[in-house]
Amino acid sequence: MIASLRWLSDLLGTPLEAAAVRDRLAMLCAPVDSMEAIHGGLERVVVGLVLEVAKHPNADRLSLCKVSAGGAVLGVVCGAPNVTAGKRYPFAAVGVTLPNGTKLERRKIRGEYSEGMLCSEKELGLGADSEGILELDTDAAPGTPFLDVLPVADTRFEIDVTPNRPDLLCHVGLARELGAVLGRPVRLAAIPGAAEAPPPRAVRTSGPRGETAGVPVTIEDAEGCPRYAAAVLRGVTVGPSPAWLRDRLAAVGARSINNVVDATNYVLYELNQPLHAFDLAKLAGPAVVVRRARAGETLVTLDGERRALDPAMTVIADAASAQAVAGVMGGVASEVSAATTDLLLECAYFEPRRLRATRRALGMSTEASYRYERGIDPEALPANLERAVALLLAVGGGRLDGVPVDVCPAAIAPRTVALRDERLALVLGIAVPRADAERALTALGCVVLPREGRLTVQVPSWRPDLEREVDLIEEVARIVGYDRFPEEMRPFRPSVVPDEPTELVASRVRGVLTGLGLHEAVTVPLGPRHDERCVPVLNPLSQEEAFLRAALLPGLVRRVEHNWPLSERDVRLFEIGRTFAPGTGALPVEEIHVAGAVTGGRRPRHWSEPAPPDVDVFDAKGLLEAVAEVACRGAALASEGERLVARLPHGTVVGWAGPLEADRPAWAAPLVGFEILLRADPAPPAAVRPRPRSPGVDRDVALVLPEGLTAAEVEAVLRSAAGPLLETLWVFDEYRGAPLAAGQRSVAWRLVFRAPDRTLREAEVDAAFGRAVTEVETRCGVRRREA
Amino acid sequence: MSGASADLVAALAALRAEAEALVGAATERDVLQRLRTEYLGRKAGRVTAILHDLTSLDLEARKVVGQAANKAKAAIEALLDAADAALAARTLSAAADLTMPSRHAFRGALHPVTLVVDEICGIFRDLGFTRVTGPEAETEQYNFTKLNFPPGHPALDLHDTMYLGPGTLLRTHTSPVQVRTLEAYQPPVRVTIPGLCYRRDAWDASHAPVFSQIEGLAVDEGVSFVDLKAAIGYFARRFFAPGVKVRFRPSFFPFTEPSAEVDVECQICHGVGCPVCKGTGWSEIMGAGMVDPAVLEACGVDAERYTGYAFGMGPGRIAMQRYGLSDIRMLYDADVRLHAQFVEGR
Repeated sequence: MIASLRWLSDLLGTPLEAAAVRDRLAMLCAPVDSMEAIHGGLERVVVGLVLEVAKHPNADRLSLCKVSAGGAVLGVVCGAPNVTAGKRYPFAAVGVTLPNGTKLERRKIRGEYSEGMLCSEKELGLGADSEGILELDTDAAPGTPFLDVLPVADTRFEIDVTPNRPDLLCHVGLARELGAVLGRPVRLAAIPGAAEAPPPRAVRTSGPRGETAGVPVTIEDAEGCPRYAAAVLRGVTVGPSPAWLRDRLAAVGARSINNVVDATNYVLYELNQPLHAFDLAKLAGPAVVVRRARAGETLVTLDGERRALDPAMTVIADAASAQAVAGVMGGVASEVSAATTDLLLECAYFEPRRLRATRRALGMSTEASYRYERGIDPEALPANLERAVALLLAVGGGRLDGVPVDVCPAAIAPRTVALRDERLALVLGIAVPRADAERALTALGCVVLPREGRLTVQVPSWRPDLEREVDLIEEVARIVGYDRFPEEMRPFRPSVVPDEPTELVASRVRGVLTGLGLHEAVTVPLGPRHDERCVPVLNPLSQEEAFLRAALLPGLVRRVEHNWPLSERDVRLFEIGRTFAPGTGALPVEEIHVAGAVTGGRRPRHWSEPAPPDVDVFDAKGLLEAVAEVACRGAALASEGERLVARLPHGTVVGWAGPLEADRPAWAAPLVGFEILLRADPAPPAAVRPRPRSPGVDRDVALVLPEGLTAAEVEAVLRSAAGPLLETLWVFDEYRGAPLAAGQRSVAWRLVFRAPDRTLREAEVDAAFGRAVTEVETRCGVRRREA
Repeated sequence: MSGASADLVAALAALRAEAEALVGAATERDVLQRLRTEYLGRKAGRVTAILHDLTSLDLEARKVVGQAANKAKAAIEALLDAADAALAARTLSAAADLTMPSRHAFRGALHPVTLVVDEICGIFRDLGFTRVTGPEAETEQYNFTKLNFPPGHPALDLHDTMYLGPGTLLRTHTSPVQVRTLEAYQPPVRVTIPGLCYRRDAWDASHAPVFSQIEGLAVDEGVSFVDLKAAIGYFARRFFAPGVKVRFRPSFFPFTEPSAEVDVECQICHGVGCPVCKGTGWSEIMGAGMVDPAVLEACGVDAERYTGYAFGMGPGRIAMQRYGLSDIRMLYDADVRLHAQFVEGR
């Protein structure tokens, strides 16, 4: 909503200060997004009286003028053809900066000094007219501030009105809010040039049919249009609007079209009442029928589009065909043109939901539909029509034919809501005195009846949002002022809701991975289809973001690819986020995953050593192991070809690690990564194992493994054959090459033997070690390599 | 000298030359240790092996080869010792210049939004709030209907929604988790709800189709607007600055009433007015309000007995303000030059 400070001031009958209005509205009902001074910079322009005009000695088109601007008489060079002695014009003296940025200096023009400038509309930023200087119709003393004579300076507010407050989409509504706290009534300004006596009010019909000036008006679709008022004006002259109307519309950023359109717009911005003027001569009948559109019916709307209508939509038709989409847009066939003399002026209330469905189906939104779908004041129609007729007659001439009609088949009952004292105190936390509540609601236009322990409140018809007790509680809180409620910390009971366990797991995984040198990334869960299981979005913004991710790694790889062009070689990223897969119900199945992708050196380069080797798949394996321990306890890793797979005990694959495909520059290191399910650990914390109290005994063995035999297989045999004295074993070396045959490798293990309760004897260790080596030699076909 | 002994002597010379080259190239003391084992190891050292095999030679040859082998062994040993000492000395002398860069592992950083989310949830934990989450794919029921968005209400225009199917969508706010929590637990309920939300907003400097949100919900007997103001005031003074000014302004959300926007004093100009706060001296940090009774009823909570408050804020926007990020896309780029700056203790 765009509002004019001057307009608001007029309605409240007092000058308002811009910053105060901004702050007041913000604290009361709606924040002001921006505040812009319009026609600012004219403060130093004054009324100049031209005393004398003489021809410039050196230029045909210039005049030399003697100007009085409050002080000594000044010599001014003027190029305007219309400069006339004895008349008054806006005058800018040397030193003044005009709105267009021009700073006036004392300078010679064709050999004559000019002490200032007589200004045109254009130079003052008031209009496009630069043909001549602006003649002022005033007898104000020379030197009087120009803005006192022509009050065009204003402040334009852009107000962010919430969808529940349609009443704030007009100046009267905003003024009503301000008036409620300033204690001032709202009064409509007199219309310049309007007749003394107001035009007659519309007469309400009891049924769905009425008539004005011989034009029958019928509501067939009372559900879509509960109330329809109309007036007939004859002999109107369509033409330019008077300056005051153009200025007012310009102040709210609306362009002047002609007097008829401008008058309807004025009422829209003043009273939140959309109006539509039909060219009466073009209405078949002439008659007005408010009905549902017929199947297959079409209408060319004012924007030139041919619209396909359907019976869910309400139209305004004449005796033959649809002439307007109700509350959305009129049709070209009955549009008011320069030749129009007779008007049918519509002032209606349309049902918000139906209207919203219609304008969405048509894919359009207009100033009118925006207001109707939020709900205008159905009770204000007769008064609004009266205002509109008075304004049209004042700016367009002509006369009102007959008495306007107000077709309203079912009376609209005022809404009454009860407000209990104790409920008010309970929700707001302090006892608001009943008198304060009463005063607040009355100031907003409610009719309040005190009863035992409660107020019975009849809410104003312009507030469709006030339906329940809690709506009134909010109104009281607003008018009392949110700032009046104390910030008092009172006792509370702790939550019965347990913490989400995966949040704790995620937090620990973050600790593990940042500790291992990976940065946490957040990528967008939307992307191209990277897997057949990807769930599509029905209305994506782009094909690039048309699917939900089934895994995190594709997104992370794209982020690594984003870093490579920045010449970053060491890129280490991880992410924790949700993945989506088709489910059996309507909703996809979500899982929380953690994934990491690393490329570059295994450790940062340091001056004390040559560049460290690049990461490989064992780095990915190490990350997966470290994460699985926290994120997915119980998962076991097994190799499957090039990849390492993590499985739960019952066999479900929950993660993997391995090399990653990427668009990799030649200088970049390999990219490896992992991804695994993150789940809450149901196991209770385990007690620690007792620390060993006896020494361990080490034995090393190097075994030559034939191609295809894995270290894990050998280890399993060593472990079982060595028996319970074997505490642990690990690989400490691998060797390939001469003298081993191609495909063969030598892998060296260290075995640690220990008994928890005693020191082992050499012979026991030798026996167990010998057993293990013999067993592995016979069962795995490996041979021992002497160290 | 027999042919066999000559061959062995030549082999020893070759071994010595080879070892010499490798030792010279070694830059780490553990490499030297490995070379020592390879050539001089007690069992499998390549020079040692020749000494072990002397028994198969005749006496003369044994003497010649033995001498040569011992010489080679001593020479390699000396080389290794010298190289080792030199490397040790280098480490020592460098240690003397402690301005040389340290040796460290890669250091990773938490995402700036995680830092903000954890801090916010941590502050509310001190007010008795636990932390819960919920699904990102939701039904219209949970995302809108139960939150008191009437069907066809213009408030829906503020939630440009991505749909997955008829009645299913990507949640536009974390509020559905409020409903899920209230359906699962009877009050007292006090929870914070962090998570990602989706709106059909095209990418630009201040919009992303995905953003993070944190909501809070407190429902119990006697919870009032005063409690809401106290909780938010406590939060703001801990999160922003001890004496920070906070103000509540009327606003509208379908699921709260009374509803409020909460502003804190602009942290750039401290309330004087600057371009960042558009001259108002305030910056908006969250929406809040008393839980609408219609929401409580939709969740099966007795709205006459229980009241509650809720609030919601955007940790992404807060992170941008706090860390001076000019473009929301920086949060999703995973640019390591940015993230490296969030390493703790940097």
